[in-house]
Formats: sequence, structure tokens, C-alpha cells
Amino acid sequence: MLHLDHVSVEYDGTPAVIDATLAVPDGAVVAVLGPSGSGKSTLLRAVAGLERPSAGRISWDDVDLRGVPTHKRGFALMFQDGQLFAHLTVARNVGYALRLRRSPRLRERTAELLALVGLEGYGERLPTTLSGGERQRVALARSLAADPRLLLLDEPLSALDATLRERLAADLRAILRRSGATTLLVTHDQEEAFAIADHLVVTRAGRIVQQGPIAEVWAAPVDADTALFLGYARVLDGAAARRVLEVADLDPAPEVAVRRSALTAGDPGGPGLAGTVVAARATPDQVRLVVDIDGVGEVDAVASPSSRFGHAGPGERITVTVDASRLARIAARPPLG
Amino acid sequence: MRRTLSLVALAAVPVAVLAVFFVLPVTGMLGRGFWSDGHLAPGAVLDVLARARVRRVVWFTVWTSSAATALAVVLGLPAAYALHRLAFRGRNLVRAALLIPFVLPTVVVGVAFRQLLRDSGPLGFLGLDGTPVAILLGLVFFNAAVIIRSVGAAWEGLDVRPAEAAAALGATPAQVFRTVTLPALRPAIVSSASVVFLFCATAFGVVLTIGGVKYASLETEIYLLTTVLYDLPGAAALSVVQLVAVIALLVVAARLRAVPDPTVQRVLPRPHRPTRTDVPQLAATALLLAFVATPVLTLVAESLRVDDRWSLEHYRALATTGTDGALVVPVTTALRNSLQSALDATWIALLLGLLVALVVTRRSRSAAERRTRAVLDGFFMLPLGVSAVTLGFGFLVTLGRQPLDLRTWPLLVPIAQALVALPLVVRTLVPVLAGIDDRQRQAAASLGAGPLRTAFTVDVPVLTRPLLAAAGFAFAVSLGEFGATSFLSRADHPTLPVVIFRLLGHPGAGNYGMALAASVLLAAVTATVMLVVERLRVPTLGGW
Repeated sequence: MLHLDHVSVEYDGTPAVIDATLAVPDGAVVAVLGPSGSGKSTLLRAVAGLERPSAGRISWDDVDLRGVPTHKRGFALMFQDGQLFAHLTVARNVGYALRLRRSPRLRERTAELLALVGLEGYGERLPTTLSGGERQRVALARSLAADPRLLLLDEPLSALDATLRERLAADLRAILRRSGATTLLVTHDQEEAFAIADHLVVTRAGRIVQQGPIAEVWAAPVDADTALFLGYARVLDGAAARRVLEVADLDPAPEVAVRRSALTAGDPGGPGLAGTVVAARATPDQVRLVVDIDGVGEVDAVASPSSRFGHAGPGERITVTVDASRLARIAARPPLG
Repeated sequence: MRRTLSLVALAAVPVAVLAVFFVLPVTGMLGRGFWSDGHLAPGAVLDVLARARVRRVVWFTVWTSSAATALAVVLGLPAAYALHRLAFRGRNLVRAALLIPFVLPTVVVGVAFRQLLRDSGPLGFLGLDGTPVAILLGLVFFNAAVIIRSVGAAWEGLDVRPAEAAAALGATPAQVFRTVTLPALRPAIVSSASVVFLFCATAFGVVLTIGGVKYASLETEIYLLTTVLYDLPGAAALSVVQLVAVIALLVVAARLRAVPDPTVQRVLPRPHRPTRTDVPQLAATALLLAFVATPVLTLVAESLRVDDRWSLEHYRALATTGTDGALVVPVTTALRNSLQSALDATWIALLLGLLVALVVTRRSRSAAERRTRAVLDGFFMLPLGVSAVTLGFGFLVTLGRQPLDLRTWPLLVPIAQALVALPLVVRTLVPVLAGIDDRQRQAAASLGAGPLRTAFTVDVPVLTRPLLAAAGFAFAVSLGEFGATSFLSRADHPTLPVVIFRLLGHPGAGNYGMALAASVLLAAVTATVMLVVERLRVPTLGGW
């Protein structure tokens, strides 16, 4: 089990990670989610032993890791772009750690791992002949071959294009579950985090702002910025928040985060909030509307393309219904720091 | 069509200069060996190759060069790491100090080593004076800088993430070095080692001053055969052997010379403070520094000694022509000649080098164009490996008679020196030009900039400092050039290295002391130039 206690990392006096405390239980997959520049990669490098913390303690099973060099930590780090050794074949890349340990099962284990990531028969190819997705799979197999106590993934999918990313995210989750590897991954993509991890740690400007099981964090973002980063479309406050919560039959709160899919267009005069369509944009799955709700202001809403609101135009009066399960109340809390 | 024309126009001047002042003399020299009494007689040349002494000379050249190259690599690698991956006080000074030997005049280095190793010298007890080991040390002294520079530059530009990935997979620092760093550095090491081998195999001044006639390399043997024995077929045969070997090596070096893809984003390491694991590398660097400093310091100290007391007498004598009229002109006049001719050589080398660099780095549109550029690139590298003696003697036999009598032409010596410095200039500029992402130029052009405007926007800003550095390099190398100059400088208009060699050959303690003082003077001038170059922080010598 990995523990970080009040860890800070600085680059030439500029803080990159400030007072980070978190734990990765055995077998868990924890995602550190944050925008670029939030210090999440630095955090990962500190765990790997590539950066020295300026304060705090990183420990594994209560053994302090200070002064333990990277290669003795038993943590395998997988880079954003794989960092395969270009002069070695796929099989030699995967078998790298096994060779270092003079493992007698070099051949079988390499084949097993290649099969695990779905690349049987790729052993003799050179990394430059592979596609981006194949390279990441090889990098993953290479990291797993080290039989790490902890697998560290740095933006494992962000170098890939959108469709490939979606497919590989599901594969990655399955592979991690099957291998039972304890994993700490960092990413700026909330969908990637949701697809792979079961615990979430949200960072911003070097600080951890929220952490917990993924569903909990998702259902109750700690503040407006976190909510927006987690994919909520808008955060309403004051009278607008009161009004929306009232309609959803929820307790009042200072702010409420609203997903786009929380508001659905319906007939004017029906139950819900009345308003005027400001803009409409069609996507393959749904029509995305911006609606000016009376007494609330502009919000995002959706309509089914097959409904008659699929062709709603600006100026049209509609009523939107509110799905309470797609709202998140944001409780007042003392400012951070 | 326009592209071809502009290629031809750019290449015309350097090609013409190289044709007249390099190809003509060298072929003239070779021809002299192959043609005797008006008909082709290759038999004489082949006979030469069967001589026992020639076999000995070739073997000596090969083994000393190989051993010196290996030693330079072994000593240069830790220093390359320490000076390019670590950050410590005085690093830049050490870098500059280790670069200076490369441009020190060969004659000066020869004198310094003899001074150090002769029986009464500080290291005389080692009994190395005039031995092959002394020659070997002299060669290493010169060439460790090449390894440090080019491997260091590659090391500095190495992406750190593969090494980090290996460490994260459980590789110890030693295993990381062996399995990741070394393979990545291999091209830089092999290509700089092949260049060092080239320099060693064609070294002239050092071998002649340290080894005398007892141990001859190909180069000094050519000198001996042409100037003393007047055995031109022999000299021609050896020149051919040398030329073939050099071309083969240049091809190998060119194959291995990979310019990093400028469009790839790499994560470059920041030099870090030395830790406990860096102690061996730092110790090795200190050792190398001591090895480089000892001969130089001995030389300086000895130049200040007259009859066992400190004195500036040798320096005062530099205004005279030496005891027993050893010289035709005072040393100070020779210094002025040297500076003048080095200055001329510098602008010639810069002009030619810039044109060559432009020609070889422009993006080729067709395979034929690319091949043409590659051939030109290799062609301009030839002076690097062709014996300076062959070149000098070739000048004498082809340009010293009708219809092209240039013997008294004031630019004759500068042009010869410029040709020797040309490869260095080209190799300093080419990586810079090749490193410019061509899309920058395309972007400028798409915004409406003409070719000239594009060059001013994109190329000129990056090129200014490398050009200055190349100028310093060319100046320093021309100043110390001895092989070709020794043939070409007129007796009443000698350069400083020639004067030093003359003084060494004349008996008398006063003359020897003057040679020491003149060597210090010459070394001081070149060292100053190199320190200025180092301030420019251009990765000189980085592009082999």
C-alpha cells in the first residue's frame, strides 16, 4: 500500500506539488485527475523516485522510500508516449525487466504478456513499425513484466486519437483487473479516469482538492471548479441554484452543478422550468440546447433528435424537466488554504 | 530548374576553389609518382608497397592511431558526461581548457611533450622520450577534445525518458548506461572516434617533433620521402594508400552521422549537481585535465628559465633573429605574418564553408538532387583527411610553375590553411542549418517572405553565433597550421609555427629557449581565441 503524507515538490523554488496526502490500497486503481500544469505528473515522478520531495514522506507498507533509487522501488512507470527502446524489438522491450533479473521464464512470460495486451506474434517487430496504440500496449506489457508492486501510468492514453482512446481505455481496465496490479495513474481526461480507475484524486494548481471512490467524487464535487472539471456543464448559484433545487425536490444549497443531461426539453406549460431557446446544435446522439430559463438565466439542456424539440429554434418557448440524479449540490465550505 | 540553377550557383565557387587548390595539387602530386619519364609506370608505385619499411610505417600508423583513438574515447567519455550532464562551479572553464589542446599548434604540443619527457624534464624518469608511447600521448592530448565535444553534445541532447523508463523497470544505473544510454550514444561515439582516428592517422607535426625520423607514420614518411629522399613514386604510393583509407573512413563517419529530427519534442535533462555516484567521472575528468595541463605548464615554466633562474630573456630575444642568425626575420615579424595569413584564411574558410553548408543542408526535392548534395558534402570533407604534406607539396609542384605560377601570390598560404580549416567550419555550421525545422521557412514563405527575407528571418538569427565560433575555430587552426604551410611559406615570409620548427633544428640553448617562448606566445594567442569561442556557447565540433 502506497502512502503519501504531506508531500511537496519544488522546481527551483517554484512549488509543483503542495502538501499532497493520499493512499493507494493494494489492488486499487487510483486516478489523479487534474488540468495540465496541476502538478499531477510531478506527483507521479516523485512516487517513481525521479523527483525528490522538498517536504513530506512517501512510503510503501510503512517503509519510508526517501533515498531509495528508482530502480530499487519496484514501481514500473509507463510514459505518455510509451518510451519504448527504439533499438530493441518488441519482444526485447517487453522482456527488458525479465532479462535484468535473468528470469528463467523469459520466453514464456514475454509471450504471455504480449497475449495479455493482444499483440501475439509482434515479438520480432521494431517499435517504429507499430501504431500509437500498439506502442502503448507494448509499453504496458513491458511495465507489467517488471512484476511491479505498483504500476504508475502517466497519461497512458492521451497520445492516442479519440476512437482508439475509448477502445484502449476499456482494454486497459480489463488488463489491470486481470493482472491485479495496484495502479496509480495520472490524466487530464476525466473520461479516461472514469473508464479505468475506481478511486479518484482531483488536483488543481499543485494541491489535492478532493479524493474518494469515483462515484462519490462524481456525485458530490467539492467546489464549482472541480464540478466543471468533472464534466458538469454549468454551476448555478444564488437564486438560480435555489430555483433548480426546488424543482428537483432537493435541499437548498449555495451552488448546484448541472450536467447537460440534467435538463430535458418538454412541452411548454408542462411540469418543470419555463424558458426560451437561445441556441440549438445537433449532434448524432442528441440536440444540445442553450435555454434562457425565467428567473435562472442561461443553462444547457438536451432534447432527443426524434422529439419535436429536435428542431427547436431560437426564440421558441419550452419547458425543461429536471433529473435530480444528474445534479450535484455543492455545500458551502471554508476556502482552501 | 531554378532550384538546380541556384544549387549550381551556390556550389560553383567552393567547387572551383577546391578544384584548383585541392584536386589539382593532390592529383599533380600523385601523378608525379605514377608517371615517370612521360609514361605511366604504376609498377614503381606497387613496388613501394612491398617494401619492408613501408609495411612497418603502415602498421605503425594503424596501431598508434587505433590505440590513441581507444584511449581518447576511454578518457573522453567520463569527461563528456561530467561536462555536459553535471552542473558545478568552473564547469565552463574546464570545458574551455579541455578544448584548447585541439587547436594548439602541433609544433607547440610536440615541443611541450619533449620538454616534459626529455631526460632532464619533470617526467624524464619515465624514460618515454622519443618512444611510441610519447607519440601516443601526444595524439590523445589533441583528440580527447573531439570525443568530449561531440559525444558531450549528443549526451546533452539525449532524451532522458528512456533512461528513466529503464530505471523504473528495475535497471541499476550501470544497467541503464549499458542497455539504454550507450546504444543511444553509439552513433556519436563511433563517428567521433572515426574522425579522431583520421586525425591521428594524418597527424604530422606531433609525430615529427616527438618521434623524429625513428618512428615514422604515413604522414611523416611522405614528408621524408618527398623532401629528404626525393622519392616521389614512394610518396605518391603512400599518399594513395592514405587517400583510400581516408575516403573509406569518411564514408563510415558520414553513414553514422545522424542529425536529430528537429520536429521531435524531446525532454532534455537539466544538468544536475554532482552526487556520490558521479565521483568516478569527476575524478577521470580531473585526471584528463591534469594530463592536458602538465605539458603546457611545463612549457610555460621552462620558457621562463634561463640558466636555472627565472627570466624573460627568451621572450626579449623574440625581437631578434636568434643566435648564429638561425632565422631570416625576427620572431615578432613571423607572428605578424601568421596573424595576417590566419585572418585571410579565416574569411576564405568562412565564405567557402557557408556556401558549402547552405548547399548541403537545403532540402532536396529528388533522389538525384539528394545524391548530388551528399557527394558534394563528402567532397568538401576530403581536405580533412588528405595529408597536409601531400597538399603542400602538391601546391609546390603544380602551382609553382607555368602556366599557374602562384609562388609569390600572398593568398597562397592562406588558401592552403583555409582548406585545412574548411571541414571544421562546415561541420560547425551544418548541424545548425540542418537543425532548423524547414517548416519555419515554409511558414515565412507562406506569409509572403521571399527567399532572402526568409533567410533573414529564419536562418540568420540562428547562424550568427555559430559563424563567429566557426571564425574563431578557423583562425585558431590556421594560426597553428604547419604541414602545408611548411612547404609554402617563403623563407623571407615565414609563419610562427615554421619559425619554431626552424629554431628547434638549430643548435644553441638560446635558440631552443626562443622556440619555447615562441611556442608559449603562439599557444597563448590560440587559447585566447578559443576562450572567446567558448563564450559563444556554440556546440562546436558537435556535428561529426
